[in-house]
Amino acid sequence: MVELVANSVSDQVSGRHLEGVDLRIIDLQCVTSIMPYKGQDEVVSNLLLKAHGVKFPEPNRVIMSGLVRALWFSRRQVFLIGVTPDPGLTKHAALVDQSDAWVVIELEGPRVLEVLCRLVPIDLRTSQFRQNHTARTQLIHMMVSITRVEKNCFHIMGFRSTAMSLVQHVSRAMSAIVT
Amino acid sequence: MRVEGKGLIDRHASIQFKFDAVRYSGFKGDTLASALLANDIRLIARSFKYHRPRGVLTAGSEEPNALVTIKSDQGFIPNTRATVQEIYTDLEARSQNCWPTLAWDVRSLFDLAAPFIGAGFYYKTFMWPGKFWELLYEPFIRKSAGLGMLSKEVMAERFDKAWAYCDLLIIGGGPSGLIAALTAGRAGIDVIVADEDSRMGGRLLAETDEVNGYPGHVWVDQVLAELEQLPNVRLMRRTTVTGVYDNHTFSALERSSCCYLQSQDVVHEIFWRIVAKHSILAAGAIERPIAFQNNDRPGVMMASSVRAYLNRWGVSPGRSFAIFANNDNARRTVRDLKKSGIHIEALIDCRSDVESIDGIRLIKSATVDNVRGIKSVKGISVRTESGHENISVDTVALSGGWNPTINLACHLHKSPVWQDEFMAFVPAANAVPGLLAIGSCRGLMSTADCFKDGIDAGLHIAKELGKTATSPEIPNAEDDRNRLQALWYISGKGRAWLDFQNDVTVKDIQQAVTENYHSVEHLKRYTTQGMAIDQGKLSNVTTLAILAELTGRTIPETGTTTFRPPYTPVSLGAIGAGVQGKSFAPERLLTSHSILLAREAPMIESDLWYRPRYFPNQGEVNWQQSCIREVGYVRQTVGVSDVSTLGKIDIQGVDAAKLLDFVYINMFSNLRVGRVRYGLMLREDGHAMDDGTTARLGEFHFVMTTTTAAAAQVLAHLEFVHQCLYPEWDLAMTSVTEQWAQFAIAGPKAQELVNDILDDPIDNSSWPFMACGDITFSGVKARLFRISFSGEHGYEIAVPSRYGESLFQILISKAENLGGGPYGMEALNVLRIEKGFITHSEIDGRKTAYDLGMARMISNQKDFIGKKMALRPGLQQPVRERLVGLRPKDPSESLTAGAHLFSKDAETVRENDQGYISSVGYSATFGQTLALGFLQNGFERHGEVVQAVDHLRRLKVYCQVTNPVFFDPEGARARG
Repeated sequence: MVELVANSVSDQVSGRHLEGVDLRIIDLQCVTSIMPYKGQDEVVSNLLLKAHGVKFPEPNRVIMSGLVRALWFSRRQVFLIGVTPDPGLTKHAALVDQSDAWVVIELEGPRVLEVLCRLVPIDLRTSQFRQNHTARTQLIHMMVSITRVEKNCFHIMGFRSTAMSLVQHVSRAMSAIVT
Repeated sequence: MRVEGKGLIDRHASIQFKFDAVRYSGFKGDTLASALLANDIRLIARSFKYHRPRGVLTAGSEEPNALVTIKSDQGFIPNTRATVQEIYTDLEARSQNCWPTLAWDVRSLFDLAAPFIGAGFYYKTFMWPGKFWELLYEPFIRKSAGLGMLSKEVMAERFDKAWAYCDLLIIGGGPSGLIAALTAGRAGIDVIVADEDSRMGGRLLAETDEVNGYPGHVWVDQVLAELEQLPNVRLMRRTTVTGVYDNHTFSALERSSCCYLQSQDVVHEIFWRIVAKHSILAAGAIERPIAFQNNDRPGVMMASSVRAYLNRWGVSPGRSFAIFANNDNARRTVRDLKKSGIHIEALIDCRSDVESIDGIRLIKSATVDNVRGIKSVKGISVRTESGHENISVDTVALSGGWNPTINLACHLHKSPVWQDEFMAFVPAANAVPGLLAIGSCRGLMSTADCFKDGIDAGLHIAKELGKTATSPEIPNAEDDRNRLQALWYISGKGRAWLDFQNDVTVKDIQQAVTENYHSVEHLKRYTTQGMAIDQGKLSNVTTLAILAELTGRTIPETGTTTFRPPYTPVSLGAIGAGVQGKSFAPERLLTSHSILLAREAPMIESDLWYRPRYFPNQGEVNWQQSCIREVGYVRQTVGVSDVSTLGKIDIQGVDAAKLLDFVYINMFSNLRVGRVRYGLMLREDGHAMDDGTTARLGEFHFVMTTTTAAAAQVLAHLEFVHQCLYPEWDLAMTSVTEQWAQFAIAGPKAQELVNDILDDPIDNSSWPFMACGDITFSGVKARLFRISFSGEHGYEIAVPSRYGESLFQILISKAENLGGGPYGMEALNVLRIEKGFITHSEIDGRKTAYDLGMARMISNQKDFIGKKMALRPGLQQPVRERLVGLRPKDPSESLTAGAHLFSKDAETVRENDQGYISSVGYSATFGQTLALGFLQNGFERHGEVVQAVDHLRRLKVYCQVTNPVFFDPEGARARG
């Protein structure tokens, strides 16, 4: 009988504060990939709404209800974040636990776009990439998911294994705007 | 010299700087060029080829002469244009291309050899004797060539890359650009204005003409103040748009700091990619010189630049001027100098129908045909209708007309259009889709015309974007027409300079044409005209005109050379920004990383992952000792290895098995739940793509394992099959590589170790070889696979990544208690070679299942990707190079990977090459090196002795061909 100890990403990498922008590590407790089977999209969406208060989002959108998020992640794939999925979903969609696969950093502050323009090639202007918009894109060399959770607050999801590199890249860009 | 009461510099802010180790002072707002001219420094550089003395010719980025080297924190930055470089406290600049000093440069003797080293002399002179090219000519040319020198130190300067998006990009912050920005900005359009100068305003900062009754810079400041307040307008100063690319994407270089000191703390340059829906090119125009003998002497300057230094920087570049022009525009220089009380000897105009100016000596129908003085102008020779006249002056202000700055409009390869009225090229309509050229960039030379053009462009783009815009009041400004008469060069003896930076003269062009270089592209390459870092901004059109005259064509018939990015030089550091050092590639770290570091395991990069090579023990002096010990763990007790890097793909759905059957050569639909099977997948061309095991966790649930390197490739391959070939299949897949930390436990005591940690113990009947299923550790859900990559009784345990470090620590301490321990990649490699297991050393993209000895796995019950091609007769010939094992005849000898195989008695030459060695490892188990390799007809040659020859390391080893499975060929240990 052994006792396994859980490690958090935030134990290994730390946040950073600079004038105009803050970097924080967000611990995701529960993340599940939901991929509807053929013809089950509407059923899955209704089940999600009923059980968790969020529909299956349109591409490039996130839907939030309290602490629960349905985050579009790729073609016919959504990440349900913040709650254990209703078991009834398993008949209609492939559910895959991803709670340990991704690290999330939160970047917030009035100068957040100045940081992100050095990292991410997509158009993040408020007029184009509004609150609750999300996209899969690249951050320097890394493939990430980026979501605008508030006007000046973004969540960036990257591989857990690249947490250190992710924080290094973002920290470097942060330091560039204060020089 | 400074001129009191003139200029836009801050005379209260004095700045000390050095040039060639001598201290000078300037003012805030000065460029290095203006500050040096203010200190009466006229000799600034030496030319590239002839090492002729050179001074400042222009006041902008087009400067070909005044290139200097700037000292930085840890090195120096060569080829910095003094006309662009702003001064800062303690700036240190030095002249370049000279030795021992700028004033006395030994290589200036090259100028005496000019008759022998004209255009194309390389091609004619260095033909013989042949051996001299490498021994003498090339080393000498290399030593002499190049502008400036690199410090050869690691760059300390910091660079960045960034992206920007806008509805409208305005290139150029002069009168037309600024008023276009005002029009569009007021309409709420998202605008970026990029200007290469440190201060926006363009020619309005350099001229004394009033706008709305005030100096031009006052209007500029008012407009900028309003634009700064508009949240939808972004002003990017010191930002040169350097290129135009597809989809309306622009490259731009922002010099965010011109200070090279404290390099680590500031971002020096930012390389921007700007994507715009529309763009306006308001890049202005560049005044062009007239070629005449010795027109490159320090003190010969562009007339517009003289005005810029006088009006913007409060500097007169000389004390006694002659103005030589073919157009009206240069008369402004006369006006401004005169108003400032600076002496003008004469205005020399090639035209006859020009009006006189009060108090100025006008010499009509005349040209300047020579300059006296070497390191500085001392006088000029004027050719008039009645003869020659020598005039003593120290500065010549020169104007041959204006060339619109059309470069960006031509980057998508649309040729510009010649306009006789302006005697210049202007951008063709729609040369870049969505780009409007306005103002003097399209030949409009009056400020009033530029304002009107800018407003029209702003209104037009607002309409295109569906915005309502109103026209701002058109400022009241000068509306002078610039009459000119074509005058490109003054014929005569001596050399008349065209390309100042590459030292190309009119004679060079004449010589090239004589030698039949009539094509402008050929002429360019033969003479190097326009090929220096200024890209011929001042000289290209003049050269075309001369070429046209010499070849009897018109200028548009002669055509232009190709315009290519970048418009101005871009540091490689800026292009490569953000990908140096740790940023070169992301690092994928194992969950066990901190344990690996604590055990001082050297890392090896495997794809992007950092994996341990070996775990050194005290007393071990090399990696091989550690490796042998670790192999011993697995063969004798138990070893533990982190194998989390292998790709893991979760596949679910009623058609999941169909997908597997279609991508693997062997069957998977008949795999029982709770079992694992090895599979090989091919590319469409029948060659092996990847291999691995796939576990069936449920009726419709599989987890595929890929190799570390091919994880992304395999997932993309599966998605291709599903999305493009069989979209009707009902299945879903996603990567779970990051979700699970996975560890191999292998060795005779593997089961003992596993049972020591599981909640529910297992045995060989409950978990036979190739079984899999869910397990728990104190309630933590995990997966157990009875698989082996070492040939030993082995397991792989997968836990959610958050528990990876904890489990690895437990596994290695328990393994150590059993006499084993962790093993790294070196041991893993030896173990798999002993078993003949393949990796991408063997699956190198050229091998088929047949080559790998897996032809029997090919299922005849189904179709799969690559089957048709794999079964072609040509891919099943016994003569193909096929997988074999190799052992040295003499066990004390070592084999090397990459060595080529030859028959025992064959001459070891390329024609007799029969294969190669792909993997090698020293096996303590067998007491010798073992190798895997590919040998023609290999399966039929077991037992034969062949030669392994490593031509690079000069090794030859006789070795025996064997079955590739050296260790436990029956597989009893893994199954037992």
